[in-house]
Amino acid sequence: MSTMRHTDPVLPVLEARGLRLHLADRAGARWFRKAPRLEILRGIDLSVAQGETIGVVGESGSGKTTLGRTLLRLYEPTDGSLRFEGQDITHAREERLRPMRARMQCIFQDPLSSLNPRHRIEDIVAQPLLSFGLVRDRSEARGRARQLLERVQLSQSFALRYPHELSGGQRQRVGIARAIAASPKLVIADEIVSGLDVSTQAQILMLLREIRAETALVFISHDLSVVRALCDRVLVMHRGVVVEQGATDAVFARPEHDYTRDLLASIPLPERDPNWIGSA
Amino acid sequence: MTPPVLLDIDGLRVSVGGRPVLRDVSLQVRSGEIAGLVGESGAGKTMAGRAVLGLLPDAARVLSGEIRFDGTDLLSLKARAREALLGRDIALIPQNPMTALNPVARIGTQIVDGLRMHLGLDRNGARARAVELLQAVHLPDPESLLRRFPHELSGGMRQRVLIASAFSCRPRLVIADEPTTALDVTVQKQCLRLIRELQRQHATAVLFVTHDLGVVAKLCDSVAVMHGGRILEFRSGDDIFRAPRHPYTRALLAATPRFDRPGDTLVPVSAEVLARLQEEVDVYDAAH
Amino acid sequence: MRVSPKLGFGLGVYLGLVLLAFGAHWIAPHDPLEQDLLNTFAPPAWRDGGTSTFWLGTDSLGRDILSRLIHGSRVAVTVALIAATCAGILGTVLGLCAGYFGGWVDTVVSRIVDVWMAFPPVLLSIVLAAVLGAGLHTVVIAIVVIDWTRFCRVVRAEVMVQKSRDYVTSALTIGLSPWRILTGEVVPNVVPLLITLFTLEMGIAIVVEAVLSFAGLSVANDDATWGSMIQEGRQFVRQAWWLMVAPMVCIVLSVLAANALGDGLRERFDPLLRRERP
Repeated sequence: MSTMRHTDPVLPVLEARGLRLHLADRAGARWFRKAPRLEILRGIDLSVAQGETIGVVGESGSGKTTLGRTLLRLYEPTDGSLRFEGQDITHAREERLRPMRARMQCIFQDPLSSLNPRHRIEDIVAQPLLSFGLVRDRSEARGRARQLLERVQLSQSFALRYPHELSGGQRQRVGIARAIAASPKLVIADEIVSGLDVSTQAQILMLLREIRAETALVFISHDLSVVRALCDRVLVMHRGVVVEQGATDAVFARPEHDYTRDLLASIPLPERDPNWIGSA
Repeated sequence: MTPPVLLDIDGLRVSVGGRPVLRDVSLQVRSGEIAGLVGESGAGKTMAGRAVLGLLPDAARVLSGEIRFDGTDLLSLKARAREALLGRDIALIPQNPMTALNPVARIGTQIVDGLRMHLGLDRNGARARAVELLQAVHLPDPESLLRRFPHELSGGMRQRVLIASAFSCRPRLVIADEPTTALDVTVQKQCLRLIRELQRQHATAVLFVTHDLGVVAKLCDSVAVMHGGRILEFRSGDDIFRAPRHPYTRALLAATPRFDRPGDTLVPVSAEVLARLQEEVDVYDAAH
Repeated sequence: MRVSPKLGFGLGVYLGLVLLAFGAHWIAPHDPLEQDLLNTFAPPAWRDGGTSTFWLGTDSLGRDILSRLIHGSRVAVTVALIAATCAGILGTVLGLCAGYFGGWVDTVVSRIVDVWMAFPPVLLSIVLAAVLGAGLHTVVIAIVVIDWTRFCRVVRAEVMVQKSRDYVTSALTIGLSPWRILTGEVVPNVVPLLITLFTLEMGIAIVVEAVLSFAGLSVANDDATWGSMIQEGRQFVRQAWWLMVAPMVCIVLSVLAANALGDGLRERFDPLLRRERP
């Protein structure tokens, strides 16, 4: 495995080709019949390189969260291919994926749900270090965890607390610390600033800017303004399809797809514009 | 000529469990205008909206101040008289369209009941009015919609139903508590447009509570910026967005990312600004 | 360490019961089977005609009620602890597996639970008593056989809720095995529920034992149990109401104490319920 760590800079860290995913629609299930299958992802192409930040934007139901989870192989694609650091992981078994998982990490949307309520903060951050065997023992892991907490600007006093005792922004920092603990090559951040106040959001975005040089970052968000502030490239999703992708500046300056234009026109910018709201 | 003040919150002080949550909140909403109440979480904006509706939590105490609606003080009103105002003259558009509708009652029942109670219409009259209302919020096929259950509707449709039912009794004041926060931007824009349209039509006054400076900028005639249970600045929307006066307002604007200005660096509200605000709060609390 | 009133009450009653059960021979003032036909239906000590020899009076055969209650606690404690533990372990293990692994495991377990719950419990225990013969072991087995489904259903549902939360997904992404995720991540979140279920089950077990004793399906007839005492007292409720009321009070008290113990333990050991005190 160690030979794979020095990835060729031109080779993408992650590459998806024609990725398709079907999931069972439990709500549509009937007795004694198999649940109908819904096509959630309909042929997604995407690649991210080391040091690159790519934004995935879309509204609810666009499949962006599912895409994030498929890229991490939490779902097995029905079709297409997925390569991580050059290796085909499209249908890899969990046993084969497990050692690779150290290098592909995730920051979740709702930190209250993604941090185990019964673990202390330092143990949550130490967990990947222990699990991937990156430290000798628990005390070394805790020491490293405290360094990581410092890195995300959380003071030592948080180490022994429980997630519910923290504010939303602080919890999200813990989520970031855990994700970068094992020095991953790929981080998927799923709507991680959506529930936060603008000021906290700005702090978290600054933090992400610091870590994005070391890793490939897939930033999933519904907020185009946030994506513009952070991402090199952007990918617009609508109903499981990528309707437009390109360099962020180009897409925002000259959106080609109607849906992208519609999205941009719907964002209320904090400036007066009596005509923006329009009439029905 | 400025329209008359319909809602006048004057020096409102509220504490919950002994902790002050509103500190001398004063705010006026004029007939036919939309006033925005904007602030981050914990600023007290939702609490201010609830105080008007008389929906403060049990542990809350009103320490002083008045909430005058068309001249009458809502706080000193008897429970019966205030209930008569709520839903009829003062209505609410709630935050979460997913939980605000009763999941086991049909859409029709929920609207019709309100109309019969507040307007004294008979069943058929109320039903006809409900159809009109759903048409007014541009929902397709209102007749069949009335027979459906909330879970059969999308989030945007549910919020339209809630907007329709808030405006159903031609209220004079609508309190909108983060009504579009849970929605996608495209749907949000439609709902904002709808609120604006209905408000214009009936010259309703709206108190629009939100954390989103963008929404406030696009929608509101006047804007109050809240922090720490205080109103820091309350001016016309044009003034606030042209020349924000309070350092906190300026800091909030600087922290808001804008897709049209990618070059701007995002600056979180600085520690100095927050320290100054905390100091002012401490001074205020010591004096009361 | 501060103990809340609830926890204190629950712990107090159950520690007391265990003490009484183990020390019944030394603590009880009389032999519970010793008949004193000259002193039948003696009223409790504080009533007219009561004597301090028989604190809670005597029954139709002149046996000391207090001593019989103390000896009856042995059956109650045994049943409460052993039956609740066995039912808890069986139901919890099956519920954890069904809830976490889903698929065919869940289908099999859930169907068994469905079919199981369709049997009337009283009938089931009578059949068991007929097959195994009356006795304490029958009572314990009957409670386990009937009540494991209660644990199984509730635990399965809770595990499914927990599994849908992102901390489980997160545990997957840091390479934990399913077994580690189940035991290290999910189980700690189910423990508070288990405490509540277990203490509830202790109370239920005591009541079920009383019901079976009442029906004569528990331990041998002349041995003192709270249920059999109620059954005997029932016939004389007009002359001597205390025959029936005394064991009833014991049952009610132990069920209440079980619930208080559950609440108290949760509040004490659940970090989510523990609020920071300034």
